[in-house]
Amino acid sequence: MIVDVIISICLVVGGIFGIVGSYGLIKLQDTMQRLHAPTKATTLGVGGVLVASMLYFLFKEDTYTFHELLISAFLFLTAPITAHFMAKTHIRMRELRGTLPETQRKHGWSLYDTPPEMLTDPPADEVKSLESR
Amino acid sequence: MLKKLIPHPLLSLTLTVVWLMLVNKFSLGNLLLGGVLGLLIPVLTAPYWPGRPNVRGPFKMVEYVLIVIWDIIVANVEVALLILFKPNRDLKSAWVTVPLDLRSPEAITVLAGTITMTPGTVSAMLSSCGTSILVHCLHTDDPEAVRDEIKNRYERRLKEIFQ
Amino acid sequence: MITYALMFAFGCFGLGLLANLWRIIRGPGRADRILALDTMVINSIALIILYGIWQGTAVYYEASMLVAMVGFVSTVAYCRFVLRGDIIE
Repeated sequence: MIVDVIISICLVVGGIFGIVGSYGLIKLQDTMQRLHAPTKATTLGVGGVLVASMLYFLFKEDTYTFHELLISAFLFLTAPITAHFMAKTHIRMRELRGTLPETQRKHGWSLYDTPPEMLTDPPADEVKSLESR
Repeated sequence: MLKKLIPHPLLSLTLTVVWLMLVNKFSLGNLLLGGVLGLLIPVLTAPYWPGRPNVRGPFKMVEYVLIVIWDIIVANVEVALLILFKPNRDLKSAWVTVPLDLRSPEAITVLAGTITMTPGTVSAMLSSCGTSILVHCLHTDDPEAVRDEIKNRYERRLKEIFQ
Repeated sequence: MITYALMFAFGCFGLGLLANLWRIIRGPGRADRILALDTMVINSIALIILYGIWQGTAVYYEASMLVAMVGFVSTVAYCRFVLRGDIIE
């Protein structure tokens, strides 16, 4: 009975965070603002659903799977990377160079400046792959 | 010799555990297969990953992970409340530059991931020398405070872990 | 009770998918469309897992894991394409 309540709470919380993340995608005005909604809200949304399913299979079906853990670990590892890529894509497309703050270092932001050790004569591909690290 | 055979011991262990979780059934055969994969894959991919990250302090790592998980939950609630109840014109977004004291690429990667997953911030870009990180804040009244919080809360702990 | 909670979650993620579709159609920039596609992938992972609970089988985990991996790779590939294709050297 208590397990039922916990599973239901996890499902409802997950659902609420999922819909809030997708609603934020519609509501917010600026692309960079919109980037915040899915990367945060949706990871906890899916996380809630995964916890619920883990508990459900553990207590209701008497089978255990580690796949939920793997899926949530995978999502938590990849969400920052996709967010980083999308932010860079946005900055590249909109050419925001003037609106960004200074790096407070000798070299500029990686989209606009060549890395110092690359200045000699690097193949173009290598510069790009280093940039996006 | 040993360093050549097992270039990344932690990676080997992780791969074996992940393999066991994937097949979802513990048996000697699966353990052996996972172990072979865990030994083989790091050797084959060693040219792409020459340096070994210098990690110390397992308790500090656990502490860091727990702090980040707690912050992720708080961040989710905060961002959800901002999305639901804050009118768009009241949202004050800002770009923040965070100069880094960290030097190892692994530590900077972990820090960038942490920034993205925690309260209202997304890491957007590194400077070309890799010593400064560009952060976008969803809503803040004081960008300086955000920078100081990132430096004190996460970077200080990471500096202790990745020496 | 679990049944009702499941139905609620189904509704939430389904509505989320519609919201993402709206953003894909409207989205002013390419970054918005990539973002909406990525969110769609995450929402569909949640839907697949919910369907697994609904049916009471653990078969759908493999499917959701594959969707997660393919979604990540496709998002990164799309971003890389945009980042590289626009560079004039």
